[in-house]
Amino acid sequence: MVAQEQLRVVRCGGSKLNGSRAAFSADAKYLLCATGDFVKVYSTTTEECIHILQGHTNLVTGIQLNPQNHLQTFVVGYKIFAFYCLAGSDDSGFVIIPKNNEEASDSFQLALVRLTKAPGQEVETKELSLILDDIDYSPKCTAFGREGEYVASVRGLHLRVYFFKKKKTHSFPLSARTVKGANNYFTCVACHPKEDCIASGHKDGKIRLWRNFTHKKEYTFSAMHWHHSAVMDLAFTVEGTNLLSGGFESVLVQWRDVSESKKEFLPRLGSTIEHISVSPDGTLCCTSHTENKITIIQSNLRVSAVIQGLVKGSSVKTGLVVDPRTKALVLNGKPGHLQFFCLQSDKQLYSLDIVQQEYINQAGLSQTDLVKAAFSAQGNWLATVEQRQEKESDLELQMKLWVYDEQMQSFKLSTRVNMPHEDHVTALCFRDTDGVEDGIPTLVTAAKDGRFKVWVTVDESDTDKQSVGWICDFVGSYHNYQADNCCFSEDGSLLAVSFEEIVTVWDSETWDLKCTFCHPPGKTWSLCFGRLSCSKYLLGTTDHGFLCCWNLLNCALEWSTQLGVIVLQPDPLSENIAAVSCISEGSDLFVFRPNEPRPLCIQKNVCRGKVQCAVFIPRNVPETVGSEKYQWLSRSQLYFLTETQELMTFSTKSPEMRLTPSSKQLASEESLPMTPFYVLLGKHREQQQLKMDADLGKPVVHSHSTQSSPAVKELLHTPAHVLPSATFLCSIFINSLLISKENKSNGEVANEVEMESEKAEDESDEDIDHTAMEEDPKLTEFWGEMTPKLSKSQEKELRKIRKTDFSWISAL
Amino acid sequence: MASYKPVAVLPFPRLGEKVTQDTLYWKGYKTPVQIKEFGAVNKIHFSPVPPHNYAVTASSRIHIYGRYSQEPIKTFSRFKDAAYCATYRDDGKLLVAGSEEGSVRLFDISGRAALRQFDGHTKAAHVVDFLSDKYRIFSGADDYTSKLWDIPSSSEIVSYSEHTDYVRCGCTSKLNADLFVTGSYDHTVKLFDARTEKSALTIEHGHPVESVLLFPSGGLLVSAGGRYVKVWDILKGGHLLVSLKNHHKTVTCLCLSSSGQRLLSGSLDRHVKIYSTTSYKVVHSFDYAASILSLALAPEDETIIVGMTNGVLNVRHRKHEENKERIPKKRHPAYRTFVKGRNYMPKQEDFFVSKPVRNHLKKYDKLLKSFQVSKALDAVLEVPIRVYTPEITVAVMQELSRRGTLKNALAGRDEKQLGILLTFLTRHVVEPRFAPVLINVAEMIIDIYLSVAGQSAVVDKQFMRLQEVVEKEIDYQGELLETLGMMDALFATMTSKKVTSLENKSNGISKVVEQVASS
Repeated sequence: MVAQEQLRVVRCGGSKLNGSRAAFSADAKYLLCATGDFVKVYSTTTEECIHILQGHTNLVTGIQLNPQNHLQTFVVGYKIFAFYCLAGSDDSGFVIIPKNNEEASDSFQLALVRLTKAPGQEVETKELSLILDDIDYSPKCTAFGREGEYVASVRGLHLRVYFFKKKKTHSFPLSARTVKGANNYFTCVACHPKEDCIASGHKDGKIRLWRNFTHKKEYTFSAMHWHHSAVMDLAFTVEGTNLLSGGFESVLVQWRDVSESKKEFLPRLGSTIEHISVSPDGTLCCTSHTENKITIIQSNLRVSAVIQGLVKGSSVKTGLVVDPRTKALVLNGKPGHLQFFCLQSDKQLYSLDIVQQEYINQAGLSQTDLVKAAFSAQGNWLATVEQRQEKESDLELQMKLWVYDEQMQSFKLSTRVNMPHEDHVTALCFRDTDGVEDGIPTLVTAAKDGRFKVWVTVDESDTDKQSVGWICDFVGSYHNYQADNCCFSEDGSLLAVSFEEIVTVWDSETWDLKCTFCHPPGKTWSLCFGRLSCSKYLLGTTDHGFLCCWNLLNCALEWSTQLGVIVLQPDPLSENIAAVSCISEGSDLFVFRPNEPRPLCIQKNVCRGKVQCAVFIPRNVPETVGSEKYQWLSRSQLYFLTETQELMTFSTKSPEMRLTPSSKQLASEESLPMTPFYVLLGKHREQQQLKMDADLGKPVVHSHSTQSSPAVKELLHTPAHVLPSATFLCSIFINSLLISKENKSNGEVANEVEMESEKAEDESDEDIDHTAMEEDPKLTEFWGEMTPKLSKSQEKELRKIRKTDFSWISAL
Repeated sequence: MASYKPVAVLPFPRLGEKVTQDTLYWKGYKTPVQIKEFGAVNKIHFSPVPPHNYAVTASSRIHIYGRYSQEPIKTFSRFKDAAYCATYRDDGKLLVAGSEEGSVRLFDISGRAALRQFDGHTKAAHVVDFLSDKYRIFSGADDYTSKLWDIPSSSEIVSYSEHTDYVRCGCTSKLNADLFVTGSYDHTVKLFDARTEKSALTIEHGHPVESVLLFPSGGLLVSAGGRYVKVWDILKGGHLLVSLKNHHKTVTCLCLSSSGQRLLSGSLDRHVKIYSTTSYKVVHSFDYAASILSLALAPEDETIIVGMTNGVLNVRHRKHEENKERIPKKRHPAYRTFVKGRNYMPKQEDFFVSKPVRNHLKKYDKLLKSFQVSKALDAVLEVPIRVYTPEITVAVMQELSRRGTLKNALAGRDEKQLGILLTFLTRHVVEPRFAPVLINVAEMIIDIYLSVAGQSAVVDKQFMRLQEVVEKEIDYQGELLETLGMMDALFATMTSKKVTSLENKSNGISKVVEQVASS
């Protein structure tokens, strides 16, 4: 077992939540959304992930609720780009697949598939009938119209509508010419659920409403314009009264009565809206955003919940930082924010607004970027640097120092330093003041202007108010070379600052230059001190790929090696240092101790491309790692970020062990709406259930107590317009509530139905409704037989006999 | 959903004194009343009982002033030579004073002639005080002795001659009727117990002691002499707590505020400094026209009186709150208008619809929120904002440039509006805190309105003025750089010296870099 243990690179930290439209459950209590290979089910009220649906081996591309059976969902994976199913036809669905089933082809087609009623989870179909050819692969570009009568699909400058009854396609082209900067390219389409109306979104932010498109020539359209850039998604509310649209502006626009004059806005949703979906009961809608977020919005345009994944920006400028207090991973989040991401629960803890400016989402605008962040050893202080550079000449820099407020349980702005340096800040580090007595917090910043500055706290408290501020204590430079890195030794007594090719070591008490090291040629890329027993070593990497280790006791180079190291990261809890090198295509990981000649662990090709940054995160509970080779993983875990912004980690566990068992099951009752009728029946049913549990093993009583179920089901699941008169149903219902059983006329059928229903219950919960639907014809048959035979008076008599009979018998 | 974030106006640190609670308190005095005395004022003492008259000892007279009177209500002038240290008894009925000829006299406040005269000192008695049992007087004199006198029998009880120089100051303990302290020019402060023959404690101050003071608790002793004010813990046997050196001339007098939380010291350097007695930091200071010899605070800090070498008595009365109350109050809406409809308690069956909390935005923020950039800029170019808080105007300009709409906001302005903008620029463009933003704005304005230059004489004139200001600033900066260069040269010579010393120090480290030395 131990020998088999293998180090594997595993993906972690929330995959994309915004890959496709999320789907609501019928009662809008749950939200299903595709994340990577899974489908996550979130509660819309608590924002918690309730469970994870697994099964796909590749990317999940779409989720669709079965309109016939609201307990069933279709989930489609890779190669099927979109899936639609309609309320009218229960055994067929529509898929968008690449033409000729080739992966590489970029023309796609819409096809009709027959869905076989297979008992298993996966549905396999062979029958495919082509409907529309050469369409856009995006699910947003195809929409089905009122009662499935037509399908509208957009691509480029064409809107095509296919009528199923007439089996005809109408094509409506738009002109490509750009008058006043108009850009008529379609981006998305939506169909009105009740009327013959198609809404289409365009690249220039226009929304066109198409009507009368059943005629090839006399179609009309009207345009509504609010968005200034492309409309990303459109959705009609369930009744079709409102149209929702969203785009780059991160504003959700609600067009009331689908008219231009009456619109309402929900601004500042954070980032570009990518998808909009509406719950089947019309109470909620949700928007998926580029920043890996789903916002659940009530129908009165008020945000009710936010499901936030790991925000993946274009670049992680701060690198990966660990918050010593929460052990959370800290990195760039929303623009101008710092996100605290808990890796254990795979959830964002909170997002700290650093820049504190109104975010204007507009192309071509240079935004204030958060470029550096560092925590003090205890997590009491957080230093951040933000910059904005519009032109080469003017650079806006701001350094902010945040103090942790125990009462607020959050960071509070303490000091703001405008232009801490003349040029870009390259590195930032706190001095570890644990061991030092009355050590004042000290921060060092290094910048391209060739200086490094030492900042210390000063007591600015008045006689009546306590306050702490930061001032610059020392400015150091070395021949006006650019300062690239800075790093404190573990005990805080030495500061190493690298100036291009030269590494300087300073005494942190007097700020005297102690010694310099150099390993020409090449600038120093990263710098770190050894820990614990290796604290006499200073390590550095150069841009020529050398990894050097200097001994601070004799000021000599201990060893150096050419590995092409791009990332150097020490483990805070041990002597281990991780180095990631990238010589050819993939990145290799080396874990070593500076005082040992052989590395502890070498892992080749951990990922494609260069590793951006890496960090050791201490584990809450040390893990037992069997193999000696992987002992370095026991106390802290190494996370790294790849070129594609994928967060990865190393694990020795097998994939089965890693997956947390999703024990929670959704009870079918839970998803039923809570009506007064349900309350009445539900109570009744609960009582039965209790009884059943109590008298388990007594078949007589068992069958006796469940007798009511068919009648109840009958009441519940027969559509209202098919139901016979209430007077008729009343008797059956009342009977079902009686304790008696020996009803000859009713018994047989009841038993039969009951058996079936039991079977249905044994099967998956999702099938209950289906079986209930199936038994409908039988029941109506039975009623048909019975009603003509008996006159009203006879019936009455019979009923009377029945009642008197059984009540007293059962009483005996 | 995040709400709109208003424009952040960067606060710039204010230069000069910080406004603290103390500055407000000590600035709450009216303009001083100056009273001319006949000679240097050596002692001011407030009567402990209302109406808190005060006795001023100057030259050969003792004047008693009423609280707000500028003329003495009574004068004791039967001294042949200078009088010293007129001090009230605790009940405010008796007054004792020393004199140049060495006699100590006891006066009744209502009488004119001395009730008692204690003779025994051979030289000037500079300090006299009542012990807290009210029946004894202690005195210190230039004959190096300090004596205790019994009032009823008018006889000397005991004489201490431990000091080796003039005894010039002293005070008695309020808690213990037998304890008193004397300070002398022999640099020592001695604590005496009337029941013993010798001093109980000797403290070395280090300078001729000009004034001593016991804290009301009796545990702490403050001594002033030379430029120093020192605080001693006498319960710890004369342990030095803190030594304050905030004056640059001899400190002559000490005084405690009525709450005991602030210590005041007056000095020949014409300053009165106020210290906090918890942190011993200067929290405020007063300036006077001449060297200060004596200082007194009325009960409740109602009046500060300072006596100076030029014989001027400076009296400051506290401003009173009732002055403010006299201003007719602005009529506010009645209380019920605010609580109208708000005191309704929701019942069980009520459906509660909460009203969203409205956060009030400034006018420019409202306009920025709705992307009305030109109007937002107009809003911050209005007079009160433009004149009194230019930082807001600049912050909005910066925000506009961040949004990339500054050009739009600046464009399309008529002569008058452009005039306002240009005046603002000329006034503030050279201020270091605004320069980065305003230079950008100036460039944009020039870009936009270049095509219409020469159409308006007013605007052209303002452009010329702007140019003038900028040129002047460039010259000035050039000069500054020159100075900086000179200073750098000076520093460089100093650095090389330091580096050589560093090299000597760190022989062991072979790698101390030669480059540093060469620089």
